[in-house]
Amino acid sequence: MSDDTSTRFDRVPATGGDDVTPDRDAILEWWEERFGIDPSTFEAHTFWERGRGNIWCVYGDHPDPFEAEGLGMVCLRTRGRHWKPTTNAAQRFGHAATSNIIHLDRSQADSYIAGGTQSIAWDGDWGYLLVATSVAGDPAILGVGQFIDGELRSVVPKGRRREMLDRSSESSP
Amino acid sequence: MDSLRRYASIIDDFDAFIAASERPLSHTVRVQTSRVSVDRVVDAFEEAAIGCSPLSWRESIIELDIDRPGLTLPAFLGWVHGQEVVSCLPAPLLDVVPGDVIWDACAAPGSKTGHLIDLIEDVGTVVATDDNLGRLSALRYNLERLGATAAIVERADARRFDPSPMGIEAFDASLVDAPCTGEGTVRKKPSALDDWSLGHVESLGNVQRGILRRAIELTKPGGVVLYSTCTYAPEENEAVVDAILDDGGCDIEPIELPFETAPGIDSWEGTAFDHRLTRARRIYPHHADTGGFFIAKLRVAT
Ligand SMILES: C[S@@+](CC[C@H](N)C(=O)[O-])C[C@H]1O[C@@H](n2cnc3c(N)ncnc32)[C@H](O)[C@@H]1O
Repeated sequence: MSDDTSTRFDRVPATGGDDVTPDRDAILEWWEERFGIDPSTFEAHTFWERGRGNIWCVYGDHPDPFEAEGLGMVCLRTRGRHWKPTTNAAQRFGHAATSNIIHLDRSQADSYIAGGTQSIAWDGDWGYLLVATSVAGDPAILGVGQFIDGELRSVVPKGRRREMLDRSSESSP
Repeated sequence: MDSLRRYASIIDDFDAFIAASERPLSHTVRVQTSRVSVDRVVDAFEEAAIGCSPLSWRESIIELDIDRPGLTLPAFLGWVHGQEVVSCLPAPLLDVVPGDVIWDACAAPGSKTGHLIDLIEDVGTVVATDDNLGRLSALRYNLERLGATAAIVERADARRFDPSPMGIEAFDASLVDAPCTGEGTVRKKPSALDDWSLGHVESLGNVQRGILRRAIELTKPGGVVLYSTCTYAPEENEAVVDAILDDGGCDIEPIELPFETAPGIDSWEGTAFDHRLTRARRIYPHHADTGGFFIAKLRVAT
């Protein structure tokens, strides 16, 4: 069933999951291996599946199965060959990441936020990366990008893409 | 503005009230302070040469000199939410702390839910219900962008909502930001009064009473139930709270607000209300240059 028609959530098993319906340990391990996010980051959270391969993350624990329109946030898609974190989860938990983070300058960041694909120098892993830019002096995680063949593709969902307003380059009259 | 004339007898300086209602509202955002500091947000706006000034009485509300706050990095990052001043008043009055289990009965599109999430630092549970599926999807979008993991979203008619399948017997606090005629929103939406009718005012009163009654039932003894509307009609405000006070399961408490407001009224068109209704607050555009609003803070009897 697709993400938006089912309202049934099943808590992911503690152990014994498979490739599409992972168990909790596999999820924690994945965040740690891919992005260096310590498992303790999710200590207070539980993971749920709604529609095969759509993993949600919610504060605390709740009765299983759980019927609702939403239970925390969608954090991970595990249906494809490579697991794909969501933009919202990247922004929510990405501050704890230490690896596979690509830093963009502001104009690259604007293009990324608008949904653009851009060639970029990156000699790290290919696949899904966290995308960061400097905001007010410190890095901020913007979301997720897919790096393949020298190009960074924005995976910002259509509904969240924006043309950023920036008046700093406008000349004053 | 003609339908507002019926309030000439209860609003001080009525001409100033009408004049203020005709002026557009300035654009403000609320900072999700559990995610980011106000200073960093201000710096981020300034980097983009966007004029911004935090309000003197609550710096987490920032006035901007642009009319599309959504096109900024702080909005994209889920650090701020475009929200008018009066909409930022109810959540802090619920007295919530991290770990609380809260009901936001009429939650979509989620501005106040996001604020509640911020106040509990995304620790605990906010059950956000609404009976309109389309508006619920806007709520989900807004909450996920704000990084909320402590929210449960469900479609429900709040008058009959039953949280027991969620493993919840009672809430620590509840917010009823009721469906209303929206008379106080004309500064944002000049067409807001176009299909005003007394029939509409009166039928909403029944729905509002039903929802507020349910909120009292589902809130723990000693917990806060906050009732708010963005309208002036006493039929949707004092008359609703009056009926609930009459049931006897709660009391109404005085509220401190950071700017001039008017007390609730204790009679309207020949009907007397419980005199404690003067503890409620009416917020008028000409007092602090805001939208119009009504707030009553109820405490469930112990
Ligand atoms: C004033 S709006 C809420 C605004 C929201 N609290 C916010 O801050 O973004 C009132 C909401 O009540 C919903 N509503 C109307 N009747 C309802 C009912 N019987 N049960 C639950 N929600 C209802 C409407 O769909 C509408 O979204």
